[in-house]
Amino acid sequence: MDKERRTPAFYALAAFFALFVLFLYGPTFVIFLLSFQGPTGGLTFPMNGVSLHWFERLWHGGGIVDIYGAFKRSLALGVVVMALTMMLSLMAGLAFRKRFRGADVLFFVTIASLIVPSIVTSLGIALEFRIFDDLVKSHGPTWLANGFQTSMGNFTSGLGAHLTWTLPFGLLVMFAIFNRFDPRYEEAARDLGATPWQTSRHVIIPIVLPSLIGVGLFGFTLSWDEIARSSQTMGEHNTLPMELQALTTTVTNPDIYALGTATTGVSFAVIALALGFIAILGRRQSRHGSDAGKA
Amino acid sequence: MPSFTSRTIPGALQAAPFALVFALFFVLPLVFVAIVSFWDYNDYQMLPTFTTRSYTQTFSGCLTELPGLCTILKTYLSTAKFCLIVWALTLAIGFTIAYFLAFHVRTLTMQMTLFLVCTIPFWTSNVIRMIAWIPLLGRNGVVNQGLMAAGIVDKPVEWLLYSQFSVALAFVHLFTFFMVAPIFNAMMRIDRRLIEAAYDSGASGWQMLTNVIIPLSKPGIAIGSIFVVTIVMGDFITFGVMGGEQIASAGKVIETRLNALQFPPAAANAVLLLGATFVIIAVLNRIVDIRREL
Repeated sequence: MDKERRTPAFYALAAFFALFVLFLYGPTFVIFLLSFQGPTGGLTFPMNGVSLHWFERLWHGGGIVDIYGAFKRSLALGVVVMALTMMLSLMAGLAFRKRFRGADVLFFVTIASLIVPSIVTSLGIALEFRIFDDLVKSHGPTWLANGFQTSMGNFTSGLGAHLTWTLPFGLLVMFAIFNRFDPRYEEAARDLGATPWQTSRHVIIPIVLPSLIGVGLFGFTLSWDEIARSSQTMGEHNTLPMELQALTTTVTNPDIYALGTATTGVSFAVIALALGFIAILGRRQSRHGSDAGKA
Repeated sequence: MPSFTSRTIPGALQAAPFALVFALFFVLPLVFVAIVSFWDYNDYQMLPTFTTRSYTQTFSGCLTELPGLCTILKTYLSTAKFCLIVWALTLAIGFTIAYFLAFHVRTLTMQMTLFLVCTIPFWTSNVIRMIAWIPLLGRNGVVNQGLMAAGIVDKPVEWLLYSQFSVALAFVHLFTFFMVAPIFNAMMRIDRRLIEAAYDSGASGWQMLTNVIIPLSKPGIAIGSIFVVTIVMGDFITFGVMGGEQIASAGKVIETRLNALQFPPAAANAVLLLGATFVIIAVLNRIVDIRREL
């Protein structure tokens, strides 16, 4: 059908698509503009001048409780979640290529984790940790029970909660990769005498690396923006999106837009970085004359 | 090839860390939710003694108020209404977008670029994308300014923000991606020769759509539907932020209980929500075998 002329339906659909993109990006672009609101400006148009006033206020922690702490916590948690998501998804992806006992159950549980409402998972993890805390306080050895507060925190219950959200996406991406993976590369490596480790290290991982970076991108951004699962599991220290959500009910000036723009800026930087890496890897593969990755 | 397999790492061992995360942070927590829903509680802690108090409380009035509806039923009906509206809108929009990308955009590079354009907002914060409607829909927002300048209304329209309208709009805005992705994926797998065969047999564009493309996209439609419907069912953030904390939903009931530190009633409501979610999935799973399609 390639040589055919465009039908009227094409133009109607293209216009619909353009409207959809406007709908997706338009509102976010509006708060991007309004975050440069002048010092006397309010939450809506018109713009009373253009300034960096609200970013400056944000920079000095203006009006927002512990904004730096929240920023650092979210960043650190995002990086740890990203690393674990890449590692565990890759290993699980490799495991699912061979058959193993319990593979069906594990797949079912993974998909269920994506579908069970986040608030239920969050509540469950909170209960688990609370009950554990109570057990330690009442039955634990004295050296542990004395002065014991809680085992809940960003990197215990919080980390676990985030992983139940990022890992299913990671595994699904791995499935998509290995569905298209040509097993002849592996067989060739084995025939040439490579050990399983060498096959992984020099054949499989280089081929899947660009997609693995995509998994990392999912891991970081999903964690960076997560609220529902975080809501009950972070212990006493909130993450950045939780602070942002709390602000929505109280804020009356463009502080919140500046914070929104800054947060989105981090997301976009991470996306650009990941896409850049993928592009560089793709170019390297083609420059080295290997046909790997074209499978 | 026994000589190969004996030297490779067993799959179960490779999957073990992944499985451990889900055992510790998903399966076990759900067991605790079920157990605690039958516990007692007082003002400041939960008490591990068996009682059905949380359930009788949740369903209080459901028999005595007949034929009127009790609070929990009203909440679930209202949530179901949102599910239906958001499902219909995201399906219509998502299908159209996926159809355009899969069948009207001609090069693979262009298809992937445009798909990426739809994907990027998914990688940014939902709360920020919700806040973004405030300057547009607020009392002094762009829409109201425009309507008043055009003389269509003489005082600001109030139902644009913090209303059922804004909640539904935000859901469509945030989650249409969950429809686009699986439907696009299903459409890309359709063998193009089938389309040509239908074309050669004289099918009109409309017949092609209803007799070939829609039936073959059904797996994608089912997966997208499961995502969208379960998200709306369990949501409390969109309802909270866009509804001005005034609209009840199945997920929000749990949050309200949690804010009061009433864990057992929260757990009972969570069990109820889980039950409702599984009923929906069971129904959709009858339409399509999800496992086979992934």
